Amino acid sequence: MKGVGVSPGISIGKAFIIKKTEAVRSGIELENDQAKNTEIEKFDKAVLSAIKEVEAIKGNENLTLTKEDIEILETQVEFLNDPQIRNDVLFKINYEHKPANDALIEVILEAVKMFRNMNDEYLKARSADLQDAGNRILLNLNITGQPAYSKYGENTIIIAEDISPSDTIILDITKIKGFATQLGGRTSHAAIIAKAKGIPAVVACGKDLMDIENNDTIILDGSTGEIIIRPDLKTIEEYKIKQLKIAEELSLLKSLKDLPVQTTDGHKVKLLANISDDSDLEQVIENGGQGVGLFRTELLFLGRNSFPSEEEQFQFYRKVAIKSKNKPVTVRTLDIGGDKQLSYFGIPDENNPFLGYRAIRICLNQKDIFFTQLKAILRASVFGNLKIMFPMICNADEVRLAKDCLQEVKHELTSSGIEFNNNIETGIMIEIPSAALMADILAKEVDFFSIGTNDLCQYTLAVDRMNDKVSSLYNHFNPGLLRLIQNVIEQAHNQNKTVGMCGEMASDPLATLLLMGMGLDEFSMGTASIPGVKNIIIRNNFSRAREICKKVMGMDSSNSITDYLQEELK
Amino acid sequence: MISKDYLIFDPLGMHARPATALIKLARQYKSAISLKKDEKLIQMRSMLNILSLGAKCGDTISVIIEGEDESDAVAALDYFFNEEMKNF
Repeated sequence: MKGVGVSPGISIGKAFIIKKTEAVRSGIELENDQAKNTEIEKFDKAVLSAIKEVEAIKGNENLTLTKEDIEILETQVEFLNDPQIRNDVLFKINYEHKPANDALIEVILEAVKMFRNMNDEYLKARSADLQDAGNRILLNLNITGQPAYSKYGENTIIIAEDISPSDTIILDITKIKGFATQLGGRTSHAAIIAKAKGIPAVVACGKDLMDIENNDTIILDGSTGEIIIRPDLKTIEEYKIKQLKIAEELSLLKSLKDLPVQTTDGHKVKLLANISDDSDLEQVIENGGQGVGLFRTELLFLGRNSFPSEEEQFQFYRKVAIKSKNKPVTVRTLDIGGDKQLSYFGIPDENNPFLGYRAIRICLNQKDIFFTQLKAILRASVFGNLKIMFPMICNADEVRLAKDCLQEVKHELTSSGIEFNNNIETGIMIEIPSAALMADILAKEVDFFSIGTNDLCQYTLAVDRMNDKVSSLYNHFNPGLLRLIQNVIEQAHNQNKTVGMCGEMASDPLATLLLMGMGLDEFSMGTASIPGVKNIIIRNNFSRAREICKKVMGMDSSNSITDYLQEELK
Repeated sequence: MISKDYLIFDPLGMHARPATALIKLARQYKSAISLKKDEKLIQMRSMLNILSLGAKCGDTISVIIEGEDESDAVAALDYFFNEEMKNF
């Protein structure tokens, strides 16, 4: 069976199945007032026992609950207690003659629908809490002898339709070796919890997952998404060896952490990380990252109802500056629009959002947004080694205008006596083909470039990678794209400017030697990819990388390039 | 009966955490307390209803209090909306 692997690693364990009572309506019609009163009594009793259950979780000293956990539980109690829900249920019992079970299912369904239709990410997500509360009452309405969740042994693999927020609180994580869920995606609750705790997990396995029975032996591969039910001894042995190998590789790669990032003949490059907030920085250091090549600032702007204030932004950037301990951190200014929308900043529907109003185009048009962010970054710049990077540049005027804004903000700060790093380095993303082609012109305006290969590839090849029908054309080894990248590096180096790369290509081990051969100075990627790329760099020499680059640039198709690079990497 | 307008300070708006606290507070008083935003009037004791108002940061909501201890309740609500709401 195969699902989507969302948290890597292999686990072998015994299945423990969490079954939710199917929300099935009975369709029974109540005949008289006595029956109605019985149903109301049943409902009230179920609510009371549901509340008792949650209170028991809250008071259980064996569960180390965080402040957030307690808050989730308290919100759940309020939903269980909700007089509006009770009113609606009673109405359905009294006037639509429905039993409590049916009435509750309908009321919850309607309320969940209402939340899902709200124009607010936060409230949309509350539908899960509401569903959770509803399910808890339903369970108490139809007592079916559900086994208590905590009754499982060591080496348990949890099998469930999906994992709800309150499930993750009461599950004894220390005994869980893996998660497999029928539904869910990369951002579902189960995926996030599993990744945070380093537990292998596979989601979106489909209906077949429910063929598994309690105590079945299960092998789960959180990288490939594979699940093997009741494997024979030979398979178990095979996977145990794989498990060991992964553990060895991991410790080997971690042991590279303190080695300098250079080739055997002394050519140095920088390995940097892409991060979204300060909590990512511990991983950067653990994996041997030398700084941050891309600090996306969008996280602070998402999931809220208005733009963050200058002070809020200042604190956000300051935390990163302090925690990175003087390692360089490249802060990218706001990159919204395209596929990243803010609920409080409506961008009218566009025919081509990726070619539309986004990133620097918004910032140069709505300068108040831009000025606030620049001010906050500049104020934070005295706490670390921050650089500023503008995204989505397509001509030189945009760079000059953005730099004018920066200058204006600097003046303002100076005149109000606020300290900042006046020599803060400024650079741009190269992600639009026109910018890549006129790298010689743009290099005069900036201190550094960072090539964003994801957008550069999609714009150069005119391929929407989210469109299944054409996504196979998307390939960062396309010779046309490689020529653009080579041009950017050459032109920047002619003017002694640094070139980094922060797209997915930077983390692709197949591309490492090729890019190094082109002269790329900095590779920026998700922290987990750093050790693998480092392993390639320190085992090779620069002249070999140059040769590989030369050969690749003489090839005429991405297929032959990929084949060749695979051969070279062996 | 007392009616009062409050500005929502929390950047996330009236989300589950302040709503939970608000319901708890409302339970301390005998008075009937309801909330009004635009033309929508709801009972303060329902989480579902409070969230469904969709009150965002910067919105104004009216609180209507009626009962024997209404002046005590108003004082508590004043403190809640003007001070506590800033710390969620």
